[in-house]
Amino acid sequence: MNIFPFNRTGSRGQDVPQSLVAHFGADQPLKVDAGVLLSPLTVAYQTYGSLNAQKSNAILVCHALTGDQHVANTHPVTGKPGWWETMVGPGRPIDTDRYYVISSNVVGGCMGTTGPSSINPATGRAYGLDLPVITIKDMVRAQAMLIDHLGIDTLCCVVGGSMGGMQVLQWAASYPERVFAAMPIATAARRSSQNIAFHEVGRQAIMADPDWCKGRYLDEGRQPTKGLAVARMAAHITYMSDEALQRKFGRKLQDRVAPTFSFDADFQIENYLRHQGSSFVDRFDANSYLYVTRACDYFDLAEDYGGSLALAFKGSKTRFCVVSFNSDWLYPTAASRAIVHALNAGGASVSFVDIETERGHDAFLLDVPDFIATTRGFLEAAARARGIPPAPGGSDEL
Amino acid sequence: MTKLASKPVGEKLSRAGRLDLLLVADMVEARSRVLDVGCGDGSLLRLLSEERGVDARGIELSQKGVNDCVAKGLSVIQGDADTDLADYPDDAFDYVILSQTLQATLHPRKVLEHMLRIGLHAIVSFPNFGHWRIRFQVAARGRMPITDNLALPWYDTPNIHFCTIRDFVSLVDEIGAKIERGVALDHFGTPLQLNLPWWVWNLFGEQGVFRLTRVK
Repeated sequence: MNIFPFNRTGSRGQDVPQSLVAHFGADQPLKVDAGVLLSPLTVAYQTYGSLNAQKSNAILVCHALTGDQHVANTHPVTGKPGWWETMVGPGRPIDTDRYYVISSNVVGGCMGTTGPSSINPATGRAYGLDLPVITIKDMVRAQAMLIDHLGIDTLCCVVGGSMGGMQVLQWAASYPERVFAAMPIATAARRSSQNIAFHEVGRQAIMADPDWCKGRYLDEGRQPTKGLAVARMAAHITYMSDEALQRKFGRKLQDRVAPTFSFDADFQIENYLRHQGSSFVDRFDANSYLYVTRACDYFDLAEDYGGSLALAFKGSKTRFCVVSFNSDWLYPTAASRAIVHALNAGGASVSFVDIETERGHDAFLLDVPDFIATTRGFLEAAARARGIPPAPGGSDEL
Repeated sequence: MTKLASKPVGEKLSRAGRLDLLLVADMVEARSRVLDVGCGDGSLLRLLSEERGVDARGIELSQKGVNDCVAKGLSVIQGDADTDLADYPDDAFDYVILSQTLQATLHPRKVLEHMLRIGLHAIVSFPNFGHWRIRFQVAARGRMPITDNLALPWYDTPNIHFCTIRDFVSLVDEIGAKIERGVALDHFGTPLQLNLPWWVWNLFGEQGVFRLTRVK
């Protein structure tokens, strides 16, 4: 039985990037951690608002695992609102009337930045698994190239949740003098064993799909949609808390009054997960999923600093605001506390808020008032300290 | 300061106006590193950073307090004196402040020891359970005291480890610290004269404010 009856057209942002792009030629290769040079490199990005004359009001938004550069505009593939419109836009905490907001698709992604479905210049075919394994640090290097390309020296703030938060931490460690303020949200300085385990389930689901064709499905005109959907289903469970699932679905049945004594989606939660899986494959590339999950799994910021996370931030002048959500079991509050502990030990200026919500890891994408208020307050204080005037018509008074 | 001193110290005053905060601020050197444990809405931290150029950090339990602080541009961590001081390295601050919170901690002695490990100095303010009004209520009425400062009944109060000024001084001795400065405030928020004997402080001081340091 095919639980994912959909038709793929194969048209995705990768083929026709529907955003701005920066091209880096042979003279500007990306030196990746895997030890090779990636060239040419394309970085697809979006910007909102305008850069001021001092170039001091730029905020870089880093997206999560399967997010992209379409932060605050209608998504070109799904037609849905941008993934962070609760936070980014005119009058929002990341106020596009005040700040110049930049967001780029990560290296290894599938929305226009070089990734496994990009054409490998050596073969004229899609890279597939010939793309070197990408790390969080590589993603951040590519972002730094973009920021250089845009002529910006120091970012007013780098902000992001989940894998985006890892990029924020990496930015702060790699380029401390270029990051005035940093806001890592619902994230960790390293992936735990359980975290890696969940990703491995997803990768195995993709690779077990006969349509994956050892990564060469594009050449074969096929798509491992079933495997990718299962990967998404497994991951999606980790984004929600037990309480939230219980409240939303409980043991409720889907459009029926009694179980069917079959393996149909009797329960609402089953139906919901199947929907999450099937809608995901329309917008995401299976090999990209392998690459971005691998990047997360390899992330252990302290490793580059002799195992001491505090050393990663030693002497940092960046202002940090670390945010966790108390019902997030993917990157629990303790993971954020470990970051805060290291920042304190490194003498950095740090604020930390554990937001009370039952909405789990995904809370960072949702309209959670305390979280919105924290972000607004932190950014306003950073902007004041950086001398960025309030938005026209806005008020900077507390 | 004189304007505030004419008002009684108590819950009617906002935390911003609490006299012991001004006294605490007075005990802090300009341009030093300060950690305020239980910093509330950040009034003291703001005062210290804006008027004395202090590198001011805080810990606060309530989400609202932390949000208020973050919005003021202060570096404040959501946390708890009992559990989170252990995470700070030795000698990270010049002053660690605990204002009106010692009596609400689970382990006051451990908290105090951590403060003196993290900071070169600790500044502590607390309500004196030896004040004559409290003694009177316990002795004459046989009931747990309810005063302007300690307004909640025993079953609702967060204050679980009351002490008198005399008790506090003994504890300081026991943990091998010494008192650098001490002030007792009477009911009207006026500092008691320094040359008065301990028993007078213990009887007429409603609040104690002390600056401690380690004994080498």
